[in-house]
Amino acid sequence: MELYRGHILICSGTGCISSGANSIKDAFEQQLAEKDLAKEFKVIETGCHGFCEMGPIAIVYPEGTFYCRLEDEDVKTIVDEHLIKGRLVQDKLYNPPHSEDKIPSYKEIAFYKKQHRIALRNCGYVNPEDIDEYIVKGGYEALGKVLTELTPDQVIDDMKKSGLRGRGGGGFPTGLKWEFTSKSESDKKYMICNADEGDPGAFMDRSILEGDPHSIIEGMVIGGYATGADEGYIYIRAEYPLAINRLKTALDQAREYGMLGENILGTGFNFELHIKEGAGAFVCGEETALMHSIEGKRGMPRPRPPFPAVKGLWEKPSNINNVETFANVPVIFEKGADWFASLGTEKSKGTKVFALTGKINNTGLAEVPMGITVREIIYDIGGGITDNKKFKAVQIGGPSGGCLPENLIDLPVDYDSLIEAGAMMGSGGLVVMDEDTCMVDLARFFLNFTQDESCGKCTPCREGTKRMLEILERIVDGEGRKGDIELLEELGETIKTTSLCGLGQTAPNPVLSTLKYFRDEYEAHINDERCPAGACSALAKYVIDQDLCKKCTLCTKVCPVSAIEGKPKEVHKIDPEVCTACGVCVEKCKFDAIKKG
Amino acid sequence: MSKKINSLEDLRKLRAEKEKLTSPREGDNIQVIVGMGTCGIAAGARDAMLALLDEINKKNLKVNVTQTGCIGMCEKEPLIDVIVPGKSRITYGNVTADVAKNIVSQHLANGQIVQQNVVGKIEE
Repeated sequence: MELYRGHILICSGTGCISSGANSIKDAFEQQLAEKDLAKEFKVIETGCHGFCEMGPIAIVYPEGTFYCRLEDEDVKTIVDEHLIKGRLVQDKLYNPPHSEDKIPSYKEIAFYKKQHRIALRNCGYVNPEDIDEYIVKGGYEALGKVLTELTPDQVIDDMKKSGLRGRGGGGFPTGLKWEFTSKSESDKKYMICNADEGDPGAFMDRSILEGDPHSIIEGMVIGGYATGADEGYIYIRAEYPLAINRLKTALDQAREYGMLGENILGTGFNFELHIKEGAGAFVCGEETALMHSIEGKRGMPRPRPPFPAVKGLWEKPSNINNVETFANVPVIFEKGADWFASLGTEKSKGTKVFALTGKINNTGLAEVPMGITVREIIYDIGGGITDNKKFKAVQIGGPSGGCLPENLIDLPVDYDSLIEAGAMMGSGGLVVMDEDTCMVDLARFFLNFTQDESCGKCTPCREGTKRMLEILERIVDGEGRKGDIELLEELGETIKTTSLCGLGQTAPNPVLSTLKYFRDEYEAHINDERCPAGACSALAKYVIDQDLCKKCTLCTKVCPVSAIEGKPKEVHKIDPEVCTACGVCVEKCKFDAIKKG
Repeated sequence: MSKKINSLEDLRKLRAEKEKLTSPREGDNIQVIVGMGTCGIAAGARDAMLALLDEINKKNLKVNVTQTGCIGMCEKEPLIDVIVPGKSRITYGNVTADVAKNIVSQHLANGQIVQQNVVGKIEE
C-alpha cells in the first residue's frame, strides 16, 4: 500500500453534490494526472461535512486547509499553488460573516469550534464506501468487544448507564427499550432502524447514512446481540438515493468481512440486515406504521399497547431506534458508558445533531453537547441572522415541535426544558425566523404539512387538523373571526389528547406554541386586519412614508390598478381599498419610502 | 480470497496494517516541512521530497509531509524542517536525496538528529 503525501477530501453529501462537488472531484483528478501528482495526492469522497452553506468543499490534508465555494477553475489554482508550491489560495479560504479574516484551518472555524462530534465523528473524515477506513478509525472494535467480553445483559446495563435517549425525538431511554425487547420471550426478534426522516428542515439521518453507514450497521448488530434479535431492517425513504446506495455498499462490505451474517467475528453470533425502501410518507416515521409498511401493508399506525417490544414486526418482539441513536452506540462501548454519561446535562446525556436552516448565515449540520443554549447555536455556530436582521423565533423539532420566541433564546437545549417551553427536541430540525416571518402564516405552513401527511385512520387527526387548517387559512386571508383563537386552542388540545399516534398528538404544536408566544399577531390579523410582519399578502397593504417620499410620481406610473394618488410636489398616498399589494411600487421607489404596514 | 475476519484480534491486526489509509489526516504525527519556494525548487527540493516519501513509505512510518514557501535561507536550500511532537524543531539544509534518506532512517525512525546537516534549531 502506497503512502500518499496528502489527501484531498471532497465533501460528497447530497448538498455539496448538488452544488457541484462531482465536477470538482473530476477536476482534481484530471489536474493531478496532468501534473504527475497522482501518486502523491489521493482524492477521497466523503460524506457531509455539515457546512452545507459553503459547498462545494474540499479539505486538503495534512494541513487541514478548508477550501469552500469552489468552482472548477479554482482547482487548477489550488493544485499549482497549494499542492506544488505550498502556498494557500487565500481567495478560496473561509471568510466568516462580518469580518475580513480568512481562516485556513478546518478546526479554527467558529462553526466547528463549539461542536462535539460523536454521531458525526466520521462524517466528512472517512470514505463512506471503504470499510477499511472505518476500521482504521476504530470501527467494529466495539462490536468485537461486546461479542467477546460482555453478556447481552451487561450490554443493556452499559446502555442504561450511558443515559442515551432516543434521538428520533421522543427521548425514551435506549437501554430501557432494549431491555423490554430482550425480556420478551420469542423464537424470533427484530432490530429496526428508523431512517424515515421526514421533518421539513431536518437532514441529519441522511447525512449520517451517507457519510458513515458502517456506524449504523455496527450499532444495529450490537443492539441485535443485546436484545436477542438475529435479523434487522433499515427503513429508509426512497427519496434518499445516495444514502441507500452507500448503505448497500456498506452492507456488502460488512458481509464480506464477516461483520454481518453467520458467525460474526468468529463468535458464533448471527445477524442479518435488510434495507426496506419506504415511499416517503411522514406517518411511516411512527413505529407501528413503519412496521406495517415493512410487512407490505399500508403504512398506518395502530394503538399501543401492545408495544413493539412485545408484538412488533410480524407480531414478533421488535426494537426500533433512530439512525442517530444507533450512530452513538459503538462509541459508548469504545469509550465507556461513564465517559458518555459525563457529557451533556443531568437528564440529557451526550450530544445532539441539529440541522440549521432558515434565516441563518451558516446553514448546515452541527453536533453540540446537550445543554448548550439556543443563542450559542444560532449566533456562535450559525453565525447569526442573515442580512443582519432581527431574530424573531426558532422552530425546534419540525412540525411536531414548537416555536420559541426571543426571550427564550438563552434556554438550554435538552429534552426536558424544550418540552417545558412548549417545543420539543424532535428530530433536531432548527428553523430560524427573522422579523419578516409571520407566525400565523408559519403555523399554517406546518399544519398544512401535517394535514397532508395525516394517514386518515383516526378522526381527530383527519378531521381536526383539517378544521384547524381552514381556520388558519381564513385568518391569513384576512377573514378571521372573533372566537377563532379560542376555537384553535380547543381543537388543538382535543387533537393532542385523542389522536392515535404521534403525528396527530403533535400536529397542533406549531399552532399552540405560536399562540402562546405570539398571540398578539393572531389578534392583529383578526381584530385589526393587519399582518405585523407584513408577510400575509391579503392583509399587508402598502403605505407611503410621508417623510421619505420625494414626490417623484414614479410609483403612480407603475401601479397597475391606479391605487396611488400623487402629483409632483405633493406627497403621494395609496388607497388601501384599491391596492392589491402586488409590490411593484416598492421595487420602483428609489427612496425606500413604501413599506408594508 | 476470502476477506472474512474471524476474530477481534484479526480485526486489530487489519487496523494496524491499514493505518496509512488515513494517516495524512491525523494531526499528531511527526511533521516534515519542505521549503518549496522558487529557490527551493531550483535547488532540488522536489527530489528531496520524493526521496523522503519513498523512504517513509518503505519504513512504514507515520509522518506528515507538507510544504511551505521560501524559508529565507536560500543559500542552504533545499531546506526541510522536522517537528517531532514534544521535541525541538530542527531545520536541515542542503538536503539532497541521500541526505533525505538519512534523515528518515536516523531522525524520523530512530530519533537521532543528523548533526552535519542541521542549520537551525527552535527549542520547544
